[in-house]
Amino acid sequence: MIELSDICRTFTVGGQEVRAMDHVSLTIGAGEYLSIMGPSGSGKSTLLNIIGLLDTPNSGTYLLDGRDVTSLADEQLAATRSRKIGFIFQFFHLIPRLSAAQNIELPLMLAGVPLRQRRQRSAVLIDSFGLGNRRHHRPDELSGGQRQRVAIARAVINQPAVLLADEPTGNLDRSSGAEIIDLLEGLNRAGQTLVIVTHDPEIGERARRRVRVVDGRLASDSGG
Amino acid sequence: MGTRDQLQFIVSSIRAKRLQSFLTGLGIAVGIAAVILLTSMGEGLQRFVVAEFTQFGSNLIAVNPGKVTTMGTTLGILGSERLLTLDDCEALRHLPQAEAVVPMVQGNVEVKAEGRTRRITLYGVGAEMDRAFRMQVGSGRFLPPDDPRLARPFVVLGDKVAHELFPNDNPLGRRMQIGNQPARVLGVMEHKGQVLGFDMDDTVYIPAVRALDLFDREGLMEIDVLYRDGHEASEVVAAIKRILVNRHGQEDFTITTQQQMLDVLGSVLSMLTVAVGALGGISLLVGSVGIFTIMTIAVRERTAEIGLLRAVGASRQQILLLFLLEGTVLAGLGGTAGLAVGFSLASLIHALVPLLPVHTPWSFVIFAELLSMLIGIIAGIIPARQAARLDPVEALRSE
Repeated sequence: MIELSDICRTFTVGGQEVRAMDHVSLTIGAGEYLSIMGPSGSGKSTLLNIIGLLDTPNSGTYLLDGRDVTSLADEQLAATRSRKIGFIFQFFHLIPRLSAAQNIELPLMLAGVPLRQRRQRSAVLIDSFGLGNRRHHRPDELSGGQRQRVAIARAVINQPAVLLADEPTGNLDRSSGAEIIDLLEGLNRAGQTLVIVTHDPEIGERARRRVRVVDGRLASDSGG
Repeated sequence: MGTRDQLQFIVSSIRAKRLQSFLTGLGIAVGIAAVILLTSMGEGLQRFVVAEFTQFGSNLIAVNPGKVTTMGTTLGILGSERLLTLDDCEALRHLPQAEAVVPMVQGNVEVKAEGRTRRITLYGVGAEMDRAFRMQVGSGRFLPPDDPRLARPFVVLGDKVAHELFPNDNPLGRRMQIGNQPARVLGVMEHKGQVLGFDMDDTVYIPAVRALDLFDREGLMEIDVLYRDGHEASEVVAAIKRILVNRHGQEDFTITTQQQMLDVLGSVLSMLTVAVGALGGISLLVGSVGIFTIMTIAVRERTAEIGLLRAVGASRQQILLLFLLEGTVLAGLGGTAGLAVGFSLASLIHALVPLLPVHTPWSFVIFAELLSMLIGIIAGIIPARQAARLDPVEALRSE
C-alpha cells in the first residue's frame, strides 16, 4: 500500500547539506502495525512526514495505493492527505478555541462535508472513544489523555489508509500513555494501518514490525 | 470548505482575541465614521445650496450689461457699450424658446401707506416674473401684461410688507406711495421666507419702467430669460447672443445660465466633500495598518495551527483564503460599526442643529462598507500569503 523506493531528502542547515533520508526503501502493507525507532536526529520524523505527504523527497519514488504521489501539486497533496492520511502528534495540536467535537470534525469541515454528516460521524467516534460527556469542552478543559483521544478521533474520522503517530505518548503520563496505545492497537486490530514513531523502546517493541532508522538509513527491519 | 464553515471558523478566531480585534476594528470604524459624517454634512450642504438656487427653476438664463474682460472689470461706464433696455427685453421675447422674459431693476426705496413708512427692497420687473421665478401670488394678482413702456402704476407686495403696512385691513386695491410715485396695490405674494439671506417677503414689485423712472436709470440691471423645457441651454444662449449682438453691434453683455452658477457652486462644494473624504481616507489608511499588524501577529501566533490545518488536508489556497477573509471580516465589522456611529452622529447633529443640513446617500454607505472590506483584503494579502507559504513541517514544530 505504501511503497517508498530510494527516497533521499537533504536539508541545508547553515550552508551545510544534511542528508536526513539516504536512499530509503520501505514497503508497508495494509493493516500493518509498524514502529519506527531510532535516536533523535536519525531521520525518523522526516520518514513519517514523507509518508504523510507533509514533506517531499528530493529523489526517489513514493507510491501510495499504487499511485505515484512523489510530484503532486499542492492542491492534490492536500486532497490526498485529507483522504488517506491521519496524523497524531506528540503535542496533540488541537485548536484551542474549538470544542472537542469541532476539533474532531476539522478534516471533514476542510473537505466541505455538510455539518449534519460531520455531526453524525464525530458522534460515533466520541462515544466509542469514551468522550461522550466532553464533546462541547474546549481542549484546555480536557486532560492530556482526553486531548490525545480527541486528536486520534480527528485523525481517523476520514477513515485514512494509514494512521501516522509521532511520539503519541511523549507528552502523557504512563497510565494515559498506556490507554492511548491500547486505543491505537484496538484500531489496528480493526484493520487500521498504523505507523508509530517513538524513541521509547517499551512502546516500539509492541509493534509487530519494527524498523530502526540511524543516520537517515534503515538500520534494521524486523519484517516486511 | 463551505462558506458558512469558513465564516464560523473566522468568527471563532476573531472572538478568541476580542480586545485585539476590537482595537483593530476601531481603527477602521473611526475612519468610516469620519468619512460618513463629513461627507453627509458636505452632501447636505450641497443639497441645501442647490435647492436654494433651483427653487427659481433651472431653465433660467441671466443677461447682465457689460462684458467681463480679461482685465476683470466691466467696460460699463467707460466703454462704448450700450445699456440693456426694455427694448432689448422686448426683442428677446420674440425668441421661440423663451417662455418668459423678465426685465429686472432692483433698489432700496421708502414706501408709505396709511401714514406708515418703511424702507424696503424694490424690484422693477415684468409681468411674467412670478412664473419665471416660480413664485406664488397669495391674494389678488401679479402685475398685468401692460405695454412695458407704458405700464400702469401697480404694485405687488411681499407678505411681510403687506402685514407691516396694512396690519388690519385687506391691502388689495389700496393706494400707497413708492418713493415719489403713487401706486395701487394689485396683489400680495405668498410667504416665501429667506433665500440665501435675502428676505423675499420684505419686498415690493412694480413694473420695470416705473422702477427705471424711480431710480432715474437708463438701463436694466438684468434680463432673465426662462426657456421652455426640451431646449438646450447652449442653444438658447446662442440665440440670445445673436439677437443682442445684432441690436448692440457688439457683445457688450454677459450671459449666465443657471447651470453655470450651479456648476461653480457644485465644484466648490464637491472639492470640500473630497477634502473631508480624504481626511477620512487617512484614518482608513491608519486602520489598514492596524489590520495588517494584527493579521501578521495572528499568522505568527497561529503558526502551529496553520501546520495542523495543512496536515489534516488544507491546501495552501485554503489557508490563504481563510486569513484573507479574516482580515476582510474584521475590517467589514469595523466598517459596520463606523457606519452606525457616523450615521448616529450625523442624525444627532441634524437633531441638535436643524439649520445644518445632513444627508447620507445610500451610495456613500455602500461605498464606505465596500471600501472598508477592500482595505481588509489589501491589508490582509501579505500576512495571508505568509501563512500560505509556511512549510507545514516547520509550522507544526513551532509550538
